[in-house]
Amino acid sequence: MSDLFVRYLLRQGDRALVLSQQLSAWVTHVHDLEEEMAVANISLDLIGQARTLYAYAGETEGSGRTEDDLAYWRPAEDFQNPLLVEQPNGDFAMTMVRQFLHDSWAALYWQAMTESVDDTLAALAGKAAKETAYHLRHAKSWVIRMGDGTEESHQRAQTALDHLWGYTDALFDSDDAEIAVVAKNIGIDPTNFRPAWLTGVAAVFAEATLHQPVAAQRRGGRDGLHQPGFDQLIEEMQSVARAHPGAQW
Amino acid sequence: MSHAETQPTDAEAARHGRFNELIDSDQSIEPRDWMPDAYRKTLVRQIAQHGHSEIIGMQPEGKWIASAPSLQRKAILLAKVQDEAGHGLYLYGAAETLGTPREELMDALHEGRQKYSSIFTYPTPTWADVGAIGWLVDGAAITNQIPLCRCSYGPYARAMVRICKEESFHQRQGYSIMLALCQGTSEQKQMAQDALNRWWWPSVMMFGPPDDASAHSDQSTQWKIKRFSNDTLRQRFIDQTVSQAEVLGIMIPDDDLVWNEENQNYDYGEPPWDEFWKTVKGDGPMSKERLACRVDAHREGTWVREAARAYADNQRALEVTA
Amino acid sequence: MTDGPLWEVFVRPRRGVSHGHVGSVHAHDGEQALQAARDLFTRRSEGVSLWVVPSADIVASNPVDAGQLFDPAADKDYRFPPAHVLPDEVDYM
Repeated sequence: MSDLFVRYLLRQGDRALVLSQQLSAWVTHVHDLEEEMAVANISLDLIGQARTLYAYAGETEGSGRTEDDLAYWRPAEDFQNPLLVEQPNGDFAMTMVRQFLHDSWAALYWQAMTESVDDTLAALAGKAAKETAYHLRHAKSWVIRMGDGTEESHQRAQTALDHLWGYTDALFDSDDAEIAVVAKNIGIDPTNFRPAWLTGVAAVFAEATLHQPVAAQRRGGRDGLHQPGFDQLIEEMQSVARAHPGAQW
Repeated sequence: MSHAETQPTDAEAARHGRFNELIDSDQSIEPRDWMPDAYRKTLVRQIAQHGHSEIIGMQPEGKWIASAPSLQRKAILLAKVQDEAGHGLYLYGAAETLGTPREELMDALHEGRQKYSSIFTYPTPTWADVGAIGWLVDGAAITNQIPLCRCSYGPYARAMVRICKEESFHQRQGYSIMLALCQGTSEQKQMAQDALNRWWWPSVMMFGPPDDASAHSDQSTQWKIKRFSNDTLRQRFIDQTVSQAEVLGIMIPDDDLVWNEENQNYDYGEPPWDEFWKTVKGDGPMSKERLACRVDAHREGTWVREAARAYADNQRALEVTA
Repeated sequence: MTDGPLWEVFVRPRRGVSHGHVGSVHAHDGEQALQAARDLFTRRSEGVSLWVVPSADIVASNPVDAGQLFDPAADKDYRFPPAHVLPDEVDYM
């Protein structure tokens, strides 16, 4: 069970860290300063979640791996984030639609996780639920503003949604790790909140005058099957740490 | 020019007298107070340029968020760079109270009519540069900024109080990075020494030209915008920083740096002023890239701002007809 | 103007204290202004409540009128307790 639990924790940590890494690439490139503050805020919260998850994974694993060992010294193919969060930033529409799709899932996830029998995860969930509620509020505002803004913003938002919708089914997948943690009431089966998720996103798309796509679904993140560009993302993230093995920072 | 234009009226003289009274008694000038045009203009320029420096200053360190070598350092650096955007916002807010909209200030930056601190035109080739910037550049900024907390213009002084509170964490995080490097491997320590070698003189020159070469100071001093001379602040910074370098165990790259027992401060070598003037004129190593990054972000984001405006306008129209 | 009108931000630092003015943000509507204010002015737990008000909606007194508005209050010291002299035994009032 321990192996499966560690894998589960790493999976959630990877999701948060990869998304955080993507968002922080926007720093100094955002369309206004107020939004620079907002993007940094979301990225910071996600790093915090990743750190707690990685630290707990390392502790559970019991071989002395720290949060940094897990973030900087695993190869790209060991990362289990869903493909959704590694989709390229693209324009602001792509980034915010990605954020919205992620946050609408994560808000439900963390809310449900506050009931986890695992104290560490329940405590993290308490914090993360509040953080994610705010991220969702922010992303939802933007999806609506862009969808129901100008002709140009509408097109960009629809293009983004058309591309990203194909990565959402994977958010509800389960494998032996999920099954194991769910059986012990430590984790949650995301299919439990799938109807609520669908209703929620549909309502926002309607308000945004966007149409919900029909798309071929892609998966592979949890098996370490990432898309082009992911290796470079991880390599850049790990580059300084790996240039000085064993160093403290 | 008519007689009426050359002679101040009694009313004008009274307003000017009241303004001077406030300045002389160390009271704040507030946004709706009457103030001489020149006071308003010089403040808009100084505050705006300070704001521009903060947001351009996000770039040299922002580059290292992606590859920060630990998650804690990544979080801290991201929080720091976020603060810098925030400082820009506090400062633009203060400048706007003087009647110039933020959009005009941004245009002035983008079109080169207003400047930003030329220290940010230097590149940051290594992780240690992040440490050096926090330690030295923010250290110099703090030395400069503390007196501004008592400057005569209320909104600027209040923005500076807020900024100074946040800035002290910036310097501590930079120094903490340097400390970890200097206590680390020999490669790390060398990286730290190299960064110090690169950032020392630019930081010293951040205080501006020597007092005897500085044109603008008198009026700013009289109006209590500038409280201390460039050289006074420069001396203060150097004196504080020498012992900090000693704790790190790295050498300040100035062979003429020596304690002066009589003056109870450090004598130091002649800064490379030619280099300073080059960067001030817009010919710094990364002047073009720094500005281009800002201009591009603003231009490429136009559609986003327009979407927000269109949405808000539509909502308002709907409310009216409801 | 694409960065939206100016809004003034007021933060209540904790329960029991009034909202105080802290600065300004640009935004196109109230929700955007509220989020901008939250991200800019409350990162260090400076507040438990936020108000944002369009700057154009603020009606302010003119400093030129300070004399007529505020000086007349200065000579009415009978509004303050010490102006009413009482015997020591009851001076606690």
